[in-house]
Amino acid sequence: MNKRLIVYILGWVLIVEGAAMQICSLTSLIYAEHEALYFLGTGAVSALLGVLAVKIKKPKNMVLYQKAGFCATALSWIVLSLVGAMPFFLSGEIPHYIDALFETISGFTTTGATILAEVERLSHGMLMWRSLMNWLGGMGVIVFLLALIPKLGGQQNIYLMRAESPGPIVGKAVPKMRHYAMMLYGIYIGLTLIELILLLCGGMGFFDAINTSFATAGTGGFGVRNANIAAYDSYYLQTVIAVFMMLFGVNFSVYILLITRKFGQALHMEELWFYLGIIVLSTVVIGINIMPLYPTVHDAFHQSFFYTSSIITTTGFGIGDVNHWPMLSKSIIVFITFVGAMAGSTGGGFKIARIVLLGKEAKKEFYLLVHPRNVRKVKMDGKSVDHNIMRSTSVYLVVYVAVCVFSFILVSIEGRGFVTSFTAVAATLNNTGPGLGDVGPVGNYAMLTPFTKCVLAFDMLAGRLELYPLLLLFTPAAWKKS
Amino acid sequence: MFLSPVCLFLGVTKMKIVIVGCGKVGTSIATELIAEGHELVVVDINGTAVKRLSDSIDAMGIEGNGATYQTLKEADAGDADLVIAATARDEVNLYACLMARACGCKNTIARVRNPEYSNDLFRVKDILGLSMFINPEMTAAGEISRLLRFSGALEIDSFSKGQVELIKVQISDRSLLVNRAISQIEILKGKIRVCTVERDGEVYIPNGDFVIRKGDRVSIVSKPEIAAKFFKKANLNIGKSRHVIILGGGKISYYLAQRLLKAGIGVKIIERNPERCTELSEMLRDAVIIHGDCMDQDLLLSEGIEHADGVVALMDYDEENILISMYVHNVSRAKTFTKVNNAHFGTIVDQLNLECVINPKKIAGEYIARYIRAVQNSLGSNVETLYRIHEDAVEALEFRVRSSSTVTNIPLSQLRLKDDLQVICISRKGKIILPTGADTIMPDDTVIVITKHKGLKDLDDILDGN
Repeated sequence: MNKRLIVYILGWVLIVEGAAMQICSLTSLIYAEHEALYFLGTGAVSALLGVLAVKIKKPKNMVLYQKAGFCATALSWIVLSLVGAMPFFLSGEIPHYIDALFETISGFTTTGATILAEVERLSHGMLMWRSLMNWLGGMGVIVFLLALIPKLGGQQNIYLMRAESPGPIVGKAVPKMRHYAMMLYGIYIGLTLIELILLLCGGMGFFDAINTSFATAGTGGFGVRNANIAAYDSYYLQTVIAVFMMLFGVNFSVYILLITRKFGQALHMEELWFYLGIIVLSTVVIGINIMPLYPTVHDAFHQSFFYTSSIITTTGFGIGDVNHWPMLSKSIIVFITFVGAMAGSTGGGFKIARIVLLGKEAKKEFYLLVHPRNVRKVKMDGKSVDHNIMRSTSVYLVVYVAVCVFSFILVSIEGRGFVTSFTAVAATLNNTGPGLGDVGPVGNYAMLTPFTKCVLAFDMLAGRLELYPLLLLFTPAAWKKS
Repeated sequence: MFLSPVCLFLGVTKMKIVIVGCGKVGTSIATELIAEGHELVVVDINGTAVKRLSDSIDAMGIEGNGATYQTLKEADAGDADLVIAATARDEVNLYACLMARACGCKNTIARVRNPEYSNDLFRVKDILGLSMFINPEMTAAGEISRLLRFSGALEIDSFSKGQVELIKVQISDRSLLVNRAISQIEILKGKIRVCTVERDGEVYIPNGDFVIRKGDRVSIVSKPEIAAKFFKKANLNIGKSRHVIILGGGKISYYLAQRLLKAGIGVKIIERNPERCTELSEMLRDAVIIHGDCMDQDLLLSEGIEHADGVVALMDYDEENILISMYVHNVSRAKTFTKVNNAHFGTIVDQLNLECVINPKKIAGEYIARYIRAVQNSLGSNVETLYRIHEDAVEALEFRVRSSSTVTNIPLSQLRLKDDLQVICISRKGKIILPTGADTIMPDDTVIVITKHKGLKDLDDILDGN
């Protein structure tokens, strides 16, 4: 394995993180907070370590294979989180390192699960750092590096992309990886800016608007108010946020197809229609179901659309408590937590593409029961899907359920109720953030034991990187020389 | 169109190229082109082949039949600068070019192996938008034959599909050309032409009064077979081989034998398949065809391998070729050529100290890359071939003449050409003319021009003032 190259990539990750922290120290300076020091200090040390790693151990070759690509990505995310937790911890705003780490991992993996009861007690710099982590983690740091550094990963850089980008099939929409990464970030920045402008038009303060835009873009869900989005008591603002959450849950190749004027191809994407279909269906059903609880029909549907959009994209923004909702609505919310957003978006979850593939595979299986000698291939977007992709998708489901069950057992050691334990795992593994019960939209994760927090932190990383890269780190075979 | 600002931002003006076919030739072309920084889309009907190639190089892969409009559209062939069809089948390649043309791509390159097709290609060139066609076996044969015919030449470039060659030699003091003005050279007058002379680091495009001295590096344009005669008569040692043994009777062997025989070199082919031997003996009347096993040492000795000037190992298996070349190296002083198809162990093969290793697929890749490099800035222009000679001081360009050109139907002596520029050859319907002042350029000719001016894009640019 090309260890030097892994160190080189980690070095760049540290440099980027150090640079990103300076945005926060700037924020602190503007608000005249002494927390700027912690960001400056951590950022400088991080960047210095990064420069050392990049300069001293310059790799002899840039060739990277699948194993090294996966390990490099997983390690990058771990390093990113360990360093990212330092400002919280050093400044004493989050006194325990485990808590700080939980918050950081939750930020970078765009989960949005928090251990803070009152976020407004944090300084502006710290709030900015939480939102910025959401934003960076949404599209991914490795993708950023691919856009930034020419020739990173050599000709085989697709392996780096595959480790970080979600979905069963990861390819490129344009010939050059660097251009592709640039386009992804271009669209990402563009959409974020549009949301920022729309929020400002709605009268939201600049600090709140920029933080909310960052958290929406990454489908993270960190707010800067104790009441989360409920603090902005305006249908306009909440609807803008709901719509943008939905937009960031769309596969980015749809946007690339639209920009390159391949409208037909974009409209023929089955996954897109399933995604929109599930959103409409869930909004309608929940809306009707919770109608008695709200004064007007409009209010009920507003609540139901906001939550559907927030949960299916795994953002996890909240505009009020949902624990008093009827069972049907809560079940739907748990279900769409698992469904997740589209592949190739900034959202998490199991991904709609995989569910569609598995559904088609199941349908094929039924056909085979009726016509045992029937020959039939699973098709997606009019193209037959390679057997290997079907196989890996099925295995992904198994591993996914296994991680979910195992974590659930570990979390239940603590002895919380079924709903809290189960939805805590579901909300972290799918990078949603809030679950139900004690960890619902108005609750938080603070009261859990450090052990449970570690399990959930692992789930968040595993969920963001789609299991394999992180699990690979714990496989002895990955570290053997041959 | 979204990309172009990105490209501008990066300061690159690289081309977008679609390659249909991810086999050995496609892979070799893709590897050459990606090293030059072009944007590649690779297409193959076999998903595994596409994935293997697009995972190992930074290119986008599309699975599908590259000869269909839909797949080419998906690969964005309409926006591409060039489509290269390099599948195993000629018909598919030509059809893919036709479809690429229908998508709106202006330039295509097809791999066409069957000489029966390639001979007719000039008739449909415009319909297919064909910039060139590539036959890896023929290219490899051309390379080997050039090295065998003129091993003493400094540089050989070919034009008009190998019908005309530009050969650079150093003039030794025994040559009859020393101390003669170019107009006084009587040997094969009118059939050869002196193009450039390099003396003390200075390059001249000489006129008739120019006197050649010993030590000059002179480049000469002529048909290959006439050039050989000229060098012999002018007493210039160009190290021509007289007796060549080819081991194995495949496609390359056939093309090579054809070329060598034309240049008056004796050819002996040893082939183990009796039917192929009969075929070869019918096609190559002047060659000696031996039916036997090339790995049989007694047979090789009895056929005089020790006294051959050149031995070319072109059998099916790389191992046999390598082994036999090492053996020949021990028993004779012949120049040996070894065909190696597998490019993966290149470094090991290099260590074996084989004299000359030929990899047909790799040559094809390099050939296309060189072509693209040459015409990169002039795609859409009429430049067919471009060589830079004398360390880039001089360009030799081959133009196709359009009917709208302003230089047609006027005797060359009446054209006001640029300084340091000469029209050295006109190819008309397959016939080669080395023009004098009285000759005229006609539409549909191809014209070879030699010049010190850079960046000529059209034949009209040869006129002074343009």
